[in-house]
Amino acid sequence: MTAVQTTPIAAPGAAPGAPVRRTGIPLARLTRIELRKLADTRSGLWLLIVIGLAAAGTTAIMLAASPDAEQTFAGLLSFGLLPASVLLPVLGILSMTSEWSQRTALTTFTLTPTRGRVVAAKLVAAVLIAVATTVAAAALCAVGNLIAIGTGGDGSWRLGPGLAGQLLVNQVVFVLMGSAFGALLMNSPLAIVLYFAIPTAWSVLGEMVRWLRTAAGWVDINLTSVPLSEPGMTGGQWARFAVAALVWVVLPLILGTVRVLRREVS
Amino acid sequence: MITVEHLSKRYGDHPAVDDVSFTCTPGTVTGFLGPNGAGKSTTMRMICGLTPPTAGAATIDGQPYRRLGNPGRRIGVLLDASAQHAGRTGREVLTLAALTMGVDRRRVGESLDRVGLNGTAARRRVKAYSLGMRQRLGLACALLGDPGILILDEPANGLDPEGIYWMRGLLRDFADRGGTVLLSSHLLREVEAVADRLVVIGRGRIVAQGDKAELLAASGTVVRALDPAALEAALARAGLPGTPTTDGGVVVQTGAEAIGRVAAEAGLVLLELRPAGSGGLEQMFLTLTAGDSVQEAVR
Repeated sequence: MTAVQTTPIAAPGAAPGAPVRRTGIPLARLTRIELRKLADTRSGLWLLIVIGLAAAGTTAIMLAASPDAEQTFAGLLSFGLLPASVLLPVLGILSMTSEWSQRTALTTFTLTPTRGRVVAAKLVAAVLIAVATTVAAAALCAVGNLIAIGTGGDGSWRLGPGLAGQLLVNQVVFVLMGSAFGALLMNSPLAIVLYFAIPTAWSVLGEMVRWLRTAAGWVDINLTSVPLSEPGMTGGQWARFAVAALVWVVLPLILGTVRVLRREVS
Repeated sequence: MITVEHLSKRYGDHPAVDDVSFTCTPGTVTGFLGPNGAGKSTTMRMICGLTPPTAGAATIDGQPYRRLGNPGRRIGVLLDASAQHAGRTGREVLTLAALTMGVDRRRVGESLDRVGLNGTAARRRVKAYSLGMRQRLGLACALLGDPGILILDEPANGLDPEGIYWMRGLLRDFADRGGTVLLSSHLLREVEAVADRLVVIGRGRIVAQGDKAELLAASGTVVRALDPAALEAALARAGLPGTPTTDGGVVVQTGAEAIGRVAAEAGLVLLELRPAGSGGLEQMFLTLTAGDSVQEAVR
């Protein structure tokens, strides 16, 4: 460790006096930074690598173990996106919680005092990563399907009505749900555990308690999201899923954003 | 220019910061002194818009911090060198800051050089950094946007003597070029070497502020009389002007004997006549610290 001062510091205070731009830092720039922050730590990078490996793994399992008739693009894709739909929300959670658990909020909000814009950038980044993951999985499954054709599998390219969109919505909604839980709870382990535990506990309760079953049909996100991975989702199914998303994504997101805006950073 | 006006922060019944006002002007280094837990960090967080004040306001060049569109270009802030993601490399931390501020990424390397972090250190993760290296990284981050103002909370913590000397030079140079520096510390000696002005805080309140020279000169002899006005008049007649202290006494830059004679001639009853000690400021500071050490120990 040597103390050197090679470059002379440019005259400080050169800028003051100039009118301040009230516009602040553009959302696009903040989004790019948040995307970078998803992958520039070991935890984030490994999570992305694991998602990629898991997608490749599921494709390999399908090719090796499933009956030839089930080796279709649609089958490979629905199955191949499963690991991502479980792990991507963790990335969304960490994006929100690491600011507090690693105390980077101090730097982040000192450089960008408009906290709402930082939250928005994190959400946009989460959506973009979900879209990118879905596209990457589709490419991977296309390769898998070509192999299936070569090895005597069905190899059909038909996706069925609306399936591509439904799979994409599934990824986006769950990654946003992770972000919402992260923003609300501000603590990585707590948010991850509750993200998985509460909806599951609710599903179990809905199964056990008779009078809850009707409500669960509308509010249980695990249950209402099942039709998303099957082609031809009906309007009624969309409505049920939308209500569940309102409860599990929109509500915690609003509360979480309010909490981030108000919390004292130290 | 940093302006702090009647800033207060209460946590429940506890007043962490109580009616604090001061200004930092361009071309000066202001030392913000106080024992741990006196309210320095809370005040600085309120200046930077991270903690909402209970009352009062702080402005940067006349504007609240939160209204500065891209604050990194105008004000460099280092509040806690340890508040960095342990898994990011030093270079990555600066790159993120550079991207946020919109400064050329080539400045990241220059910045690292300026604070004495070499290429090997820059590639290591912050987890492996010593506190001194984190302080240097934080300082690099604060200087990255080429700001006119610096706010640094205990930046000398963890630096070796050479590093402290280096930082003093850097801050002095920054102020001499017209920059504004607000620098906190719980060590008087540390700030004394570089500050032009001192603001001393204890238990959330400002107990003294002014030019360093003035404050440090306030050693001399402390005298307190039953009739302060008469004492003041007698001292003035004798050509011994004094500066009043907060508790009704007067500090006079002369020996006890001279003051005693003046008082005797004027027939005044003295309640107190003692040397202010080598550095009245240090005395005051030690009193503050002693009072708070128990609180600090239980924090």
